[in-house]
Amino acid sequence: MGSFIARRLLSIVPVIFGVSVVIFLLVQLTPGDSATALLGPQATEEAKQELRQALGLDRPLPVQYGAWLKRTLSGDFGTSIATQIPVTDLVLPRFVNTLILTSSALLLAMIIGYSIGLFAALRAHSAFDRSTMSLSLLAGSAPEFWLGLMLVLLFAIKLKWLPVSGMEDMAGDGGLLDLLKHLILPAVTAALGPAAIITRIVRASLIDTLRRPHVRVARAKGIKRASLLRRHVILNALPSITTITGLQLGYLMGGTLLTEVVFAWPGLGSLLYDSITARDIPVLQATTLLIAFTFVIANIVVDVINAMLDPRLREA
Amino acid sequence: MTDGSDITLEVKNLTTRFGSAKTGVTVVDGVSFSLKRGRTTALVGESGCGKSATALSVMQLLEPPGEVIAGEVRLGGVDLMRLGDAEMAEVRGRRIGMVFQDPMTSLNPLLPIGDQIAETLTAHTDLSRHEAKQRAVDLLTRVGVADAGRRVHDYPHHFSGGMRQRVLIAAAISCSPEIIIADEPTTALDVTVQAKILRLLYDLQQAMHASLLLITHDLGVVAAMADEVIVMYAGRIVERADVDTLFHRPRHPYTKALLACVEGISDRAAALEPIQGMAPDLKDPPPGCRFAPRCPSVRDVCRRQDPRLAPYSARHDVACLLVGEEAANG
Amino acid sequence: MTSPALEQTEPLSRPLRSPRRFWRIKAFLRNWTAVTAAAFLLVVLLASVFAPFLSAHGPYDADNLSRYVPIGTEGYLLGTDQQGRDMVARLLYGGRISLLVGILPTLTASAIGLALGLLAGYTRGLADHVIMRCLDVVFAFPMVLLAIAIAGAMQPGVTTEIISITVILIPYFARLARTATQDIAAMPYIEAARAAGGSPADIMLRYVLPNVFSPVIVYATTLMGLMIVVGSGLSFLGLGVQPPTADWGAMVAEGRVVLRRAPHVTVLPGILILAVSLAFNFLGDGIRDALDPRSIRR
Repeated sequence: MGSFIARRLLSIVPVIFGVSVVIFLLVQLTPGDSATALLGPQATEEAKQELRQALGLDRPLPVQYGAWLKRTLSGDFGTSIATQIPVTDLVLPRFVNTLILTSSALLLAMIIGYSIGLFAALRAHSAFDRSTMSLSLLAGSAPEFWLGLMLVLLFAIKLKWLPVSGMEDMAGDGGLLDLLKHLILPAVTAALGPAAIITRIVRASLIDTLRRPHVRVARAKGIKRASLLRRHVILNALPSITTITGLQLGYLMGGTLLTEVVFAWPGLGSLLYDSITARDIPVLQATTLLIAFTFVIANIVVDVINAMLDPRLREA
Repeated sequence: MTDGSDITLEVKNLTTRFGSAKTGVTVVDGVSFSLKRGRTTALVGESGCGKSATALSVMQLLEPPGEVIAGEVRLGGVDLMRLGDAEMAEVRGRRIGMVFQDPMTSLNPLLPIGDQIAETLTAHTDLSRHEAKQRAVDLLTRVGVADAGRRVHDYPHHFSGGMRQRVLIAAAISCSPEIIIADEPTTALDVTVQAKILRLLYDLQQAMHASLLLITHDLGVVAAMADEVIVMYAGRIVERADVDTLFHRPRHPYTKALLACVEGISDRAAALEPIQGMAPDLKDPPPGCRFAPRCPSVRDVCRRQDPRLAPYSARHDVACLLVGEEAANG
Repeated sequence: MTSPALEQTEPLSRPLRSPRRFWRIKAFLRNWTAVTAAAFLLVVLLASVFAPFLSAHGPYDADNLSRYVPIGTEGYLLGTDQQGRDMVARLLYGGRISLLVGILPTLTASAIGLALGLLAGYTRGLADHVIMRCLDVVFAFPMVLLAIAIAGAMQPGVTTEIISITVILIPYFARLARTATQDIAAMPYIEAARAAGGSPADIMLRYVLPNVFSPVIVYATTLMGLMIVVGSGLSFLGLGVQPPTADWGAMVAEGRVVLRRAPHVTVLPGILILAVSLAFNFLGDGIRDALDPRSIRR
């Protein structure tokens, strides 16, 4: 098991490097150059040249990349152009906020998806099955940002049960209850898409597993229904289920941006969005890198869990 | 003559259908037979004749759209068809053990094989998990797996097909059932391994004095293993006899044709004689005898009248109109 | 004497048509959900294309006197927005961009991804390795995030949206095509073709490609629906079209500020996005079921 984990971790090193190259190059796509952006259009050409030299922007790209990489690896992500705050100080608290939102949404999606998926699989083709599958299709096809606004319209504006946006009451003294009240709508919004996908995949993989020969053999041994379900059906469907759950984590990390913007949730996503509009390159790079890195780690965790379940994967 | 107390399983008029009454197919049509203690009964027929379906019906392992629509299956006085799923679960594995056809897909790839043997024990006895594991090691040794103490922790993909079948047999006999049903246990295995597995089944059956229902399409296996043979065609029993009687004095045209298929093998000069035509589509069975379209001895009456399984001589039943005639004519 | 059938006096006037295609279309038509979905999409597409003929107003005709008109008012069937612009017009004209941003990139990416996947899956070796490593890097990013990052780095506009969505989709098609190609290349009949002396390019085009088409088509159809949602997300964030251009995602963003007062401005475009996305899903399912060889009935 240990060697499997080691091998997996080793394999992502080139990927992470590739990711860093992509992020670095992404910036090159931006029209205009940073010197103009920083000094304004009125600045003289000499001033801009001076700034370019100072920032090292006139050196060849690979050299710039090398310098950037060195800085990044040593933990220096630079300073935010817009706010002059060191990027690390800016990013970390936002990361925590996003983690709160993402994990709540994922948890919600798992609870809904696993339970409904299991029931639907055991009652395949029944009215329950068909109606829940239609509902999940509906939830999965809706645009997340619009769905969030619809929830706000219903629960915050019309019914006034929940706050419209933000993570906490500005006037209040914070606390868990306040946080939860603010968390509900964004978490539900972010959870619906993943919940729909998880429900369908859980149902499909359980139905598929139920058909496999070893299940009938286990029944022929007279094993009790609960054990049968646990050891021979759910266990064997777990690899597909963990994979799709892990994928949803990635989807959430990318998608919470929209939810965070709609609900003004001060997380990594909204920070990323602000940095895009403000062309705040260091922040843009750091947040994208962080999100991509988290995604890659999540994928590795999924692979490790699957290897723990299936001995054939460990020995590959 | 069979003593009543010798009978372990009694099947009466078992009828199984796949699908609805209007559009469904009756794959097992009024099958009756009994299994006796310590004896091996072979159930023979081509693919699709309903022999596997019969076994699954007895075990109540059919999945929708398949269901048993008529008949009784008596095990020690209890009609299994009347039992609910939980009660049937207590019979399965404990009083009837079943071995299936394809060992490559019959084991759960994610569990060690020792667990898969032990779980039968923990389901039916009050052995602790540890004791069940110990018993699994013993069973593995008994079915011929060397180094059982170590191999009990291995996973199915560490074993060859023949070895996996031994594991499955170990699980099936773990609770010393009165009846063992083996559905084509060696079809998926190499010829050299087949003999060993069959030998194993025979030895175990003798040691446990159990009834063995051996389902196969291979007449060689039948000749080697069976005490009694039941021949099925298109969902029905067409002939039933002791093994010697069947091989030397077959009466039903189908049985004769089956034997003719294999006869020529040792005699190279003789031509292989396949049976003309194909098995009937059970959705729309022909009126009269189901074998009539392919029967070399067919007569007009065969196409109109459906023969019933009737005694031809002592311990020899045949379902053929011509045979009835023969017997009547002396 | 040879049998008359062996002597062909004339060549066949038409090539023999495979009966499979006919049965597949019939199989598809049996699925009424998919057919309804296809019909709906056609209607939406045509309505957008022929928008000028269908709406009395233009999408930019602001009328200060008719702001926040509710649904069902005379002359403004679906009401107006905060600038007095007719919602029907904006939805119809907006459909042009929203649909374009969903459909065009998917088609382009499927073609490019298919080519890459075929190459990687059939030739294996170095080409496969290089392509897969590049794709791995893209897969390290969540799809939506990458689209936003790419679109955000460029100038806002429709072209930006199209390019960014195309780029993020290519790896997914490439991976699908590669897996399908590998599965087919392993089949005995490909080996037979090679043994008969076919060149790799020839085999790829004549045997592998037609079989890889099926999963790619199904995938593309489902993705089109998803990309319309992603595209509308990009517009919502302001990375796509700029006001006053109409586009369903941008309309939701604009309607957001007047959510309290005139919710229909936000609700309506979202319903369309939802409906179109749903329709593509059903269509994709229908095509998949129809292409399944088991659906061919005698």
